[in-house]
Amino acid sequence: MKTLLKKLTETASPSGYESAIREVIRAEISSLSTNIKVDALGNLIVTMGKKTDNGLRVMIAAHMDEIGVIVSYVEKTGLVRFSNLGTILPQYLAGSRVVFLNGARGVINHDLPDDLHKIMPLNKHFIDVGATSDKDCLLKIGDVGVIDRSFVDLGKRVSAKSMDDRVACAVMIETMKKIKNNPHELVFVFSTQEEVQCKGATTAAYEIEPDLGIALDVTPSLDILGIKMQVDLGKGPAIKVRDMGMLSDPRVVSWMESTAKKNKIAYQLEVLDVGTTDAKVMQISKAGLPSGALSIPCRYVHSPSEVVDMDDVQATVNLLSALLNNPISL
Amino acid sequence: MSPQTKQVLRVGKAQLDLLEELTNANGVSGNEIEIREIIRKKVAPFADEIKVDGMGNLLVIKHAKKPNAIKVMLDAHMDEVGFMIVEEDGDGLYEFEHVGGGDERQFVSKPVSVGSQKLPGVIGSKPIHLASEDEMNAVISQQGMRIDLGPAGKGKAKRGDYAAYATKFIRSGDAIFAKALDNRLGCATLIELLKTAPEHIELLAAFTVQEEIGLRGAKVAAYDFYPQMAIAVDSTPAFDFERPDGNENTEYNCKLGGGPAIYIADRGTLSDPRLIRFLTQVAEENKINYQYRQPGGGGTDAGALHLTRGGIPSVSVSVPGRYAHTAVMLARISDWQDTLNLLQQALAAWTPEILSGDRA
Repeated sequence: MKTLLKKLTETASPSGYESAIREVIRAEISSLSTNIKVDALGNLIVTMGKKTDNGLRVMIAAHMDEIGVIVSYVEKTGLVRFSNLGTILPQYLAGSRVVFLNGARGVINHDLPDDLHKIMPLNKHFIDVGATSDKDCLLKIGDVGVIDRSFVDLGKRVSAKSMDDRVACAVMIETMKKIKNNPHELVFVFSTQEEVQCKGATTAAYEIEPDLGIALDVTPSLDILGIKMQVDLGKGPAIKVRDMGMLSDPRVVSWMESTAKKNKIAYQLEVLDVGTTDAKVMQISKAGLPSGALSIPCRYVHSPSEVVDMDDVQATVNLLSALLNNPISL
Repeated sequence: MSPQTKQVLRVGKAQLDLLEELTNANGVSGNEIEIREIIRKKVAPFADEIKVDGMGNLLVIKHAKKPNAIKVMLDAHMDEVGFMIVEEDGDGLYEFEHVGGGDERQFVSKPVSVGSQKLPGVIGSKPIHLASEDEMNAVISQQGMRIDLGPAGKGKAKRGDYAAYATKFIRSGDAIFAKALDNRLGCATLIELLKTAPEHIELLAAFTVQEEIGLRGAKVAAYDFYPQMAIAVDSTPAFDFERPDGNENTEYNCKLGGGPAIYIADRGTLSDPRLIRFLTQVAEENKINYQYRQPGGGGTDAGALHLTRGGIPSVSVSVPGRYAHTAVMLARISDWQDTLNLLQQALAAWTPEILSGDRA
C-alpha cells in the first residue's frame, strides 16, 4: 500500500490537468473491470458488477486532482508570477519547489515584506526557474505545475504532497481489488477538478444516476492542537456527519456506523467546519440521492507535506469493502 | 485549404452599425426584451430555427448541410449591468439598487435611461462644494445617490423598473467607446458568425440572459442544446496601464491591441486544454493576433456551460475592453476583427478528432 501511495502522490496532476494521474490509476485497475470510461471532464469511471434485485447502483468518488499553480506572467527578470488551481495556502509557499507539467522546475519565494510577521498574499510570490530573463524562461502564461515533494515513509505514518486525495484513490483501488460477488452495480469514479468546486463529480453523477453516493476524501486532523470537533490521526476512518457543503444522509451515517461496529473497525464521527467533498454535488444531482462520505484523517492538509496514518488507511479499506460487499438497506 | 481561399472577415461600416445599434439598446439583466428583439431581427435572415426559452434566452440554430454533424454551441450573453428603481422620494428623485457587478465608485453623475419609456435621468449626489473633508476621501455610497428624472419624471417610474447607462456609441479611429460592450461585442460576433456558418457543423447560437448575476441563462441554454463543445464569447477587462511606480504591470488581465483573449483558467472554469491548443493552432496558422488572458479571477458563461449534464468541453474567447462595468467601455475594432476571424477559422477547421483524445 505504501508503494502505491508513493506512486500516486509523486505524480503531478493539478485540477483540470489530470491525464498523468489518470494513466497511473488506469494501469492499476485495468484488470479489474471491462467497463472503463473517461468522460468529457476527464473523470475515470470504472464500473464493477451489475445491479441485482437486492442491489443498488452506488457511485463512489475519490478525486484524483491536486492543488496546483498556473503561470500568469513572466517578468523581464525571468521571475514567474502565478495564480492558484484550488486552494493554495500562501504560508506554505516560500522555499517550496514546484515542478511543471512541461518538465520545468523552480523554487518559490516572495517580494520583500513590509512586515516579517505577516503572511504575504499569493500575488506577492514568484517562481524562480533559473532564468536570467523572460527570453530564456521555460514557462509561459498558462503553464501548470504542482509542489515538488517526494513521498517519505515515517513508519506507522507517511508524508507526501497530494495525500488530498491520492490516499483516497489508493483506498479505492485497494477496495476494488476486494470486491466480490456483491449485489450492486459499483461505479468507482476517480474524479477531476474537485479542488475547484467538485466539478468532475457533478457531471459524472449526472450521467451515472446513482441510487447512493459515497465520497472518499481526507479530513483535516488537528489532533496535535486538541481542537474540539476535529478528528484524530490513528483513530480510524471518519464517518462524515456534515461539512460546509453537505449534511450526510442520516441513514447513510447509521449504515456506516453499524457496519463499522459489526466488523469491529474503529471509527470517528466527523463534523467539519471547513471545506466539502464530492458528496455535496452527488447529493443534489438530478432528483437527489442519499449521500455520505468516509474521510481519512490527515494532518497539514493543503501543505506540501500532508501526513496520514497507515492504520487509518487500511481501516478505511476494510470499512469500505464491508460496506460495498453486502446488501445495503437504508 | 490554403490561406488564400479562406474567407477573411472585415469589420466595416455594416458591422460597426450593428455594434452601435446593439450597444445603444438597453438590456439590463432580467430585462433583455429590447436587445433580444433587435438580435432576433438581425439573425432571422440567416437562421434555420429561432426560439426564446423559459428564461428569455434567444436560441438560434443554423443546421449543418450533412447528417450527424457535430453540435457546436456559441454563447454570448445579451444582458448588461445596470440599475433598478426601488422607491420614489418625490419630485422625480428615485432610490435605486444596482443590478449585476456594478462599481459604486463610479455610479455618480452618470446619465441613465429609465424604464421602457427611456426616461432621461442622471445619478446624482452631493456636489464638491458641500462635501466635508471626510466625504471627499470616501466612496459615495449608493444610499447617498438618487436617480434624478427631474420634475417631469415625477410618478413616471415605479419600483422594479430597470435603468441602464444612457451612453451613446462613438467611434474614433480604431477605438470604440460605448456602454455594454460587455457583451454586445460577443452578440455582434455571434450574429456575424451565423452569416458565415460552415456547412459541416450544426451551429447552435445562444444569446443568453442574466450572465451578470450568475450565469443563469447559460445554464438552461446549454441544457437544451447539449452540444459536443461550447465556446463562450465575451468581453474581458484590460487593465494595461503603465504602473505609477514604474514597475512592470504583472496583473493586467489582457491588453488592448493584443487580439482575442483565449481563457485558460478563471474562477469558474478550467478551459478544456484541447480547445486551448486548437484555438492557438488556428490563430498561429492563420497569423491572427491572439493572447492568453491571465489566469485568475473573473468568469464567463463557460462556468455554467461546461458543467451541464454529463459535461461539455468548453473554452472562452473574449474581446479585450477597458473600463468594464462602467458607463463607457473602450475596445478596439482590430481586436474585434481578430476575434471574429479566429472564431470563423476555428469553426471552419473544426473536426471531431480535436476532442477524440482524453482531456489533458
